[in-house]
Amino acid sequence: MKNVIEVKELTKDYNGLTAVDHINFEVEEGEVFGFLGPNGAGKTTTVRMLTGVIKPSFGSVSVMGFDLGRHPIRAKEAMGVVPELSNAYADLSAWNNLQFMAELYGIPKRVAVARAEELLTRFDLYDRKGHTVKTFSKGMKQKLVTAMSLMNDPEILFLDEPTSGLDVQSARLIKEMVRELRDTGKTIFLTTHYMDEASQLCNRVAIINHGRIAAIDAPEKLKVRIGGLQYVEVSFTAPVDVSDLSAMTGIAGVRTSGDKIQLYTDEPDRTIRGLVDYSQSSDLEIVTLNTLTPTLEDVFVKLTEEA
Amino acid sequence: MIDQMRRAYAIAKKDVRIYYLKGPVIIFGVLSPAFLFLAFMIGRDLPVDFLIAGLLGMTIFFTSTSVAPVIAPTETQTRNLERLAAAPISITTILFGDVLASVLFGIAISLVPILLGMALGVSITHPFILALGIVLAAFCFSAMGLIFSSAPTSMTSTVMMLSMMVKFPLVFISGIFIPVQELPLWGQALASLSPLTYITDLCRYAFQGACHYPVVVDIGALLVFLAAFMAIAIKLHERSLPKRL
Repeated sequence: MKNVIEVKELTKDYNGLTAVDHINFEVEEGEVFGFLGPNGAGKTTTVRMLTGVIKPSFGSVSVMGFDLGRHPIRAKEAMGVVPELSNAYADLSAWNNLQFMAELYGIPKRVAVARAEELLTRFDLYDRKGHTVKTFSKGMKQKLVTAMSLMNDPEILFLDEPTSGLDVQSARLIKEMVRELRDTGKTIFLTTHYMDEASQLCNRVAIINHGRIAAIDAPEKLKVRIGGLQYVEVSFTAPVDVSDLSAMTGIAGVRTSGDKIQLYTDEPDRTIRGLVDYSQSSDLEIVTLNTLTPTLEDVFVKLTEEA
Repeated sequence: MIDQMRRAYAIAKKDVRIYYLKGPVIIFGVLSPAFLFLAFMIGRDLPVDFLIAGLLGMTIFFTSTSVAPVIAPTETQTRNLERLAAAPISITTILFGDVLASVLFGIAISLVPILLGMALGVSITHPFILALGIVLAAFCFSAMGLIFSSAPTSMTSTVMMLSMMVKFPLVFISGIFIPVQELPLWGQALASLSPLTYITDLCRYAFQGACHYPVVVDIGALLVFLAAFMAIAIKLHERSLPKRL
């Protein structure tokens, strides 16, 4: 797989404050690349540099082989951008917003009309195509902005918090669209706060903290990398003395969450056997029993707290 | 280059739809120079063709500088500017699109005083020079409007205040109400620094057949001001755009 985005020593300083600090990474063709980080970590600044909205203080970005500093127009023609906040023109209709995007990207009129109709239908906005955007709900605006970013049929799509604040159906539609685009070989650069979303959609994720990359890997590999956080979650028909469970062999820690007890262990098999023995000896029934690996959220918290 | 011109035209169309085709904008474009003009002309015994030439110069000036200054701060506020910054267009293309919309608006509204003058019996002696002057002046003043909007603010009121502080004094030193030749020497020197002087002079030539400066000087001065305003606007916007986002 070739690299469609190459970032080298990318740095952004604002009045002596380094928002992004010499970061390096590559994004391969056809992958969904997640970019995660706490607020103020440098995510949006990085995305703005990658999309050519702001210039880096140092370092370089190459998109589809075009250096963004030297050939910004060619590089930007290969991208679609969905920014964090909807920025369709409120006084224009959905249709005119889409046609305006087509004109900015030099799409021939005939192609633009067909593509706009297809996208409006796909995003369930066709009936509202003549209405001004100011009459749209937040979800409709986000769907329109996503459609606008696809007007040029981009090779790389940048999505900055695409499902933030959306209702379940709209969020699901956008996630479905990401999967469909991935299946057609498009590359997606996804910034999100939702760890589940990143875990479900991304081939690899980068975690940025204090302007530096804390880790880059596939979500499952990252979970394995931090290790030691596997746990068995159990609930019984009656309350139990937690100290009995923490005394079991191989238990590193115990947490309670509602009526569930989480037992942290490196030996889940031994723990499950111990729990079954405990339930029999205490004459209790097990209601639920789950073995859980660390979530991407656990990875995120661990890496961002460590730094 | 041609691609960028087409994209600038798309921006101009967007500007016209969003900012110019509004009743209040059109009415303000016609009425504000007319009221200012009447306030200074009523009671003075001056020939109609002299008055119409001044009114025309002022109308192009006010209309071409009316909306262009507020586009950048408005789009900063609505975050549309980020959309444009991520698109495959240069800052020059964005600014040229804004200028083009403003020029079209300026030219369209300039028909009002021309038609008014014709209704009052004023004849156009040099229509080609008049058309050339209107187009040049509209470009020149639109580019001037972009300089006002280069302040990295999302407050349109700040930009409007800046714009008014420059525009109103210019009206009084540009030979609209008093012919340049009747101004004292220091007044004539000041007048020569204003682009409005040259379009007013060209309009007088087109209507009356007489002007203070040679026609070539008027056209040359407007071209120089246009090039200077555009270069300054591009430089300032290149510097201010990252601060807006």
